[in-house]
Amino acid sequence: MDKTTRLTVLTGITIGISALLLVAFGNPTNMGFCIACFLRDISGSLYLHRASSLQYARPEIFGLVLGSFIISSFKKEFKATSGSSGVIRFFLGFLMMSGALVFLGCPLRMVLRLGGGDGKAIFALVGFTLGIAFGCYFLNQGFTLGRSYTQKKENGTIFPIICILLAFLCFFGLIGIAEEEAHAPFFLSLLLAVGCGMIAQRSRFCMVGGIRDYILFRDNHLFLGSFSLFVVVLIGNIILGNFHFSISLSNSIWFILSMALVGLSGALLGGCPLRQLILAGEGNGDSAITVLGMIVGAAISHNFGMASSPTTVTASGKIEVIVGLIFCTLLAIIVIYKQKKELKV
Amino acid sequence: MIEVDARGLSCPIPVVKTKKALSSKPDEATVTVDNIAALENVTRYAQAMKYEVQSRADGEDFILHLTKK
Repeated sequence: MDKTTRLTVLTGITIGISALLLVAFGNPTNMGFCIACFLRDISGSLYLHRASSLQYARPEIFGLVLGSFIISSFKKEFKATSGSSGVIRFFLGFLMMSGALVFLGCPLRMVLRLGGGDGKAIFALVGFTLGIAFGCYFLNQGFTLGRSYTQKKENGTIFPIICILLAFLCFFGLIGIAEEEAHAPFFLSLLLAVGCGMIAQRSRFCMVGGIRDYILFRDNHLFLGSFSLFVVVLIGNIILGNFHFSISLSNSIWFILSMALVGLSGALLGGCPLRQLILAGEGNGDSAITVLGMIVGAAISHNFGMASSPTTVTASGKIEVIVGLIFCTLLAIIVIYKQKKELKV
Repeated sequence: MIEVDARGLSCPIPVVKTKKALSSKPDEATVTVDNIAALENVTRYAQAMKYEVQSRADGEDFILHLTKK
């Protein structure tokens, strides 16, 4: 195993252990980390949606961004960039969140749910893989959101600074209703996330990238990171008595399609929700815009009843997934068509 | 010599462009990127395709010179 793969595997293990600890100290079951759920909770803490049980400014998100910010600055990799189809990225982030809230979990939580014995995550994984494979087809055809450009440093530092500010507001109880939602202690969440953010920045850990790079280049180093995360969570849950296997066919097609939307939008964006946070911490303004799209997506998903409950997938959620898949497909076809046309000229 | 300009492009596009450039099995190719993740990814891919990689910094960019082993 080469050094890069070892680091990716170590990242999977670190995130897995951190997720188990966060659940042991108060985070909801199989939700040690869930980028989609936590961004949704932040959206609620800012009253962008009014689901009162989902309003807590999760320090894990701020910690991941800060970890990436600190280590990338230290390693001289921090670089303010943007200009690569910001508006399109906003809507792809929006759709990535919408899909995740129909399944109720980002790709990271999908693996955590799988490691806890939740059979619904098997359908989600099938859909996620299909979505990425579809995205890889478009990438091979020449899909790209275009190049970014170096910007003034403030463009890159503003997102981490806002995260620090929100973390302070959360700590002093000025945003969100922490006591109403299960959560681990503030500093434990923040510090574990800073550690995970640092190692994820170094290894370029990405749930979409793991499957995408294997399909495109037969490169499995990122996939081994995701796999090690699954193994650690599975073993941890068995030891802690939290492994409860269950499977049901109910709504399985919607879990497949919703995570296909996450996989497809993630492949077009170039990374999973976690990777977008890490990139935003490195100064990538396009990823910061994607994260903002995800926060707005979470709010609209809840305000218009498109997000699922633990027992029900809503009709509007189903429509949203179909529309999202069509949007991503059309977007990819149009971009590829225009690029091929430009090459001919 | 084939030249690939992948500056400003986020992963996996620099590697996809390199893959296309190397599909005709050229003896040499040059790839220009502007971030370390792309530098690492293109290097790993080129090495897996049996190319020797020599890279150097050029201002904010990195220039990779790929030579068939």
